[in-house]
Amino acid sequence: MDSSGLGVRRAVAFVAPALVLVGVFLVFPALWTLYIGITDYQLTGPAAAHPRVVGLDNVVNAVRDPLFTNSVWLTALFVLGSAVVGQNALGFALAWLLRTVRPGLRRTVEGLVLLAWILPGTVVAYLWFAVLSRDTGTLGVLLGSPQTAWLVQYPMTSLVVFNVWRGTAFSMLLYTSALAAVPPSQLETARLMGASAWQTVRDVVFPHIRGHVLTNTLLISLWTANDFTPFLLTAGGPNHRSEVLPVLIYRQALESGQLGYASAMSLLLLVGNLAIALVYLRLLRRRA
Amino acid sequence: MVRRIGCYVLIAVVLAFFAVPMLWLASAPFDAKPGLGLRWPDWTLANVSATFDHPYALTSLVNSLVLCAIATVVTTVLAALAAYALSRVRIPGRDLLLYLLLLLSSVVTGTAAMVPIFVLMLQLGLINSQFGTALVIAGGMLPAAIFILKDFMDAVPRSYEESARVFGAAPRQVLGHVVLPVARPGVATIFVWAFVNAWGNFLLPFLLLRDVGQQPAAVLLRTLYDEGGSADLSVIPVFSLLYSIPVVALYLFVSKRYGFRFHGGVKS
Amino acid sequence: MRRTTVFGLLAVCGLAAGCLGQPQEGDQARNAGAKEITLTIVANAAAGGKNARGANWLQNWVIPKFTELQKAKGVTATIRFEQNGAGDEDYKTKVALDLKTGGGGDIIEIDGIWLGEFAQAGQIKPLNDVVGDTDWDGWNQIPRAVQGLGEFDGKRYGVPMGTDGRVLFFNKKLFAQAGLPADWQPRSWQDVLDAGARLKALPGVTPLQLNAGTAMGEATTMQGVLPALAGTGRPIYENGKWQGDSPGLKDVLGLYRRIYDGGLGDPVLQQEAKGRDRSFQLFSQNRIGVLLEGDYFWRSVVEPRNGVAKMADRDTAVGWALVPAERPGSGVGGQDFVSMSGGGVRVINPNTRYPRQAWEFLQFLNSAEAVRESLAGTAQLTQRQDVNDQVLKGDPMLTFVAEKVLPITRYRPGLADYPKVSAALQQATADVVAGRSPDDAARAYREALVKAVGEGNVG
Repeated sequence: MDSSGLGVRRAVAFVAPALVLVGVFLVFPALWTLYIGITDYQLTGPAAAHPRVVGLDNVVNAVRDPLFTNSVWLTALFVLGSAVVGQNALGFALAWLLRTVRPGLRRTVEGLVLLAWILPGTVVAYLWFAVLSRDTGTLGVLLGSPQTAWLVQYPMTSLVVFNVWRGTAFSMLLYTSALAAVPPSQLETARLMGASAWQTVRDVVFPHIRGHVLTNTLLISLWTANDFTPFLLTAGGPNHRSEVLPVLIYRQALESGQLGYASAMSLLLLVGNLAIALVYLRLLRRRA
Repeated sequence: MVRRIGCYVLIAVVLAFFAVPMLWLASAPFDAKPGLGLRWPDWTLANVSATFDHPYALTSLVNSLVLCAIATVVTTVLAALAAYALSRVRIPGRDLLLYLLLLLSSVVTGTAAMVPIFVLMLQLGLINSQFGTALVIAGGMLPAAIFILKDFMDAVPRSYEESARVFGAAPRQVLGHVVLPVARPGVATIFVWAFVNAWGNFLLPFLLLRDVGQQPAAVLLRTLYDEGGSADLSVIPVFSLLYSIPVVALYLFVSKRYGFRFHGGVKS
Repeated sequence: MRRTTVFGLLAVCGLAAGCLGQPQEGDQARNAGAKEITLTIVANAAAGGKNARGANWLQNWVIPKFTELQKAKGVTATIRFEQNGAGDEDYKTKVALDLKTGGGGDIIEIDGIWLGEFAQAGQIKPLNDVVGDTDWDGWNQIPRAVQGLGEFDGKRYGVPMGTDGRVLFFNKKLFAQAGLPADWQPRSWQDVLDAGARLKALPGVTPLQLNAGTAMGEATTMQGVLPALAGTGRPIYENGKWQGDSPGLKDVLGLYRRIYDGGLGDPVLQQEAKGRDRSFQLFSQNRIGVLLEGDYFWRSVVEPRNGVAKMADRDTAVGWALVPAERPGSGVGGQDFVSMSGGGVRVINPNTRYPRQAWEFLQFLNSAEAVRESLAGTAQLTQRQDVNDQVLKGDPMLTFVAEKVLPITRYRPGLADYPKVSAALQQATADVVAGRSPDDAARAYREALVKAVGEGNVG
């Protein structure tokens, strides 16, 4: 299937630079981090001078730690709610609806959605503080209940809504391109046969874009599972009620200096990501 | 007819949903009494001049541009090459390798990897080096970039390349003159994506760039506090606005020239 | 390709194997006679950002002055200032990484509370080991208790940078409206709660703000739990043991319960990510009656010109009072009133190439003239008695702290385990504010404490 005439040797040459960079700056530190996960290494204190290998103790402690299991549950909720359901659905809906809209309006909407994705994380956190804070927050003012502290009383809901706002752009882009590749003749046929929008999507569109749905879902799930931005909004609070895994790892590594423990948790996060990827692979194989 | 109205209502709601939070960036920088909420500002330009007076505000933006430009170019070029090769040639273990790298990138972008990265950079003598930091950032982004670009490249019709080869084109020419132009929107998208990611990266520049005159805007934004840790809201909104402008400008530029899509839009 | 990758990995491994090597040990007089020196000072201050005044002082006064002094002795000195403006944890991580790998500045500013951890990790060494002779007349000007900030395990590691004290700040205007006196000085916790009850009658006013919860981090411990705990008679660490779920701690948690369950405080505020900032803003808007904070609040938060939540009428509207013990005489050491203090320390990096010169620089930084210059006309508690006597004359609040608070204050134990204990204390208050009973929260605290420091270290 080598239509480009590259040949294996040249192909390897093309891939080599990327692999060297990745090998040095990604694989090596990542493996080293995983090694730290089996020690009791700390940044300061006596364990910093003489770290001991503790084997799987860190992993066992993590699994037994209620903070960790809490975090896993919250992360799963976060990924399912904001990525798998939220961004996917909104991204697809926008891609579908915007096909039939005037170009000016379409560009405006797309532009705003993309802006939400491009703005830097710290800036976006401030924007959402302005929306969700008590007393002066926009949402409270609009709904007439300024005394509600959204981030404190509904932390996970706020985070899910925030992440949908933040990340829909990628899904929207992907689905727009995918929909453009659906043969218009089939859509025309469906319309002539009186199919409703839902039926058209289910029977005509979905089979064509199934691979894209899976790719999109995999990427946004991985990105959301590793997203640190919730820390900027709720700092994991109140009382650990929005402490997703990246936030927990950050707090263990930086605030408590427990690098060994944090690395072990990174390993477990990796395993979780692996599980997601395996599910994706299984579904992809089934398609072929 | 009802469907049309429903469609437009939905779009209006979505429009409001996305636009309202951004209004803070339009009002707070020019507000004499900025707060953590949206309010009609007491118009003033004092915050803007205070920000420009900050000794490192503009320097940090320039640093960000340099750092992110290097990281983005490295990522895009290497990812395009690798994605093309991986798409066209069946290297054994390619899929496995790609997934493995994608997963490992999640470990390295987390905070637990900071000691290994720091010590590694120290040994390589790359502390306090913009180039070194850019390489680390690029390394973290490459797996995802290759993953996405490979999908693009897969979608570029092979008939083009085969035709080109029939006409005697060398592989380099095939890549440069045939494939890239078709895949250009995708490459442009990755370019913007990589730039945006690098632009927001705080931890790596913070650890690896010691001299405050070399630090990018992402780090500086986190330093705009007073001694007790209270946010200095007269400077933060303006700086946030300045911080956001380059990425927006880049997106507008790329979108105008190349279109911001995932496929070339050419029928197979 | 796979083989090249493996080789590449091995090569890098080999390279990096040397990287966890030991930092250099040298004698204390190395390079003592050097004619060209470079010294770097690292501080968590940045021009235009955190501690801008300190950064300004270092860059524009200290460095030129010291360079001149060295020139007069025939030594060409290049002094560099490595600025940082990050959050405390981020800065600490950076310093720790530097010290671990044998790098970092020659003089490093750290929070006094980190001294123990760094010392136990071997990342800093006692001054005598690094420099040799540390005789200096400046020591006479630094009170014994303040010197303790720079000591660990009985050895001196550095010179303290100043100190502070915690008091109760109250809004005199709200007090007038509630019928409370302008020269209020409570003598027990009950007095404070009573004042709170009177303030509760005012519309839109939160009577008391006692930091609680995990969102505020160390601010909860320092401006909440520890002053209250000191008021029950025993410090958090005594005779080698950390206080567990003692009656004193349960009383403290009970106090929290009475404040946050009884409508005297705002529980939601304690849980917000930026709750502390907001509490400052609310106080400046006359919506909080009483707030427990350090003199930092007076100097930098409600300060009329440059404060982050400035109050134009600060000097007439803001009052201060000593933090009372639970009951008269029930405080640590039998005191009626208590307080907590902290501060930064400057240490010398054991890997410095110029130990003698670094010590000279350190002495210069702490000379009376330099310390006075660092204040840039403002008033602040410095580490030197002679400077304090001069500069605090114009500021009644700081004079109050220097004269009334410093003699009765306590410091946190600078041990490696302290951050974990602090986290457990914060969690206990978070539990109470969230509705758990003080007994439950105390029991959970004890469990967390045992897990963190080991059963044998809990008293």
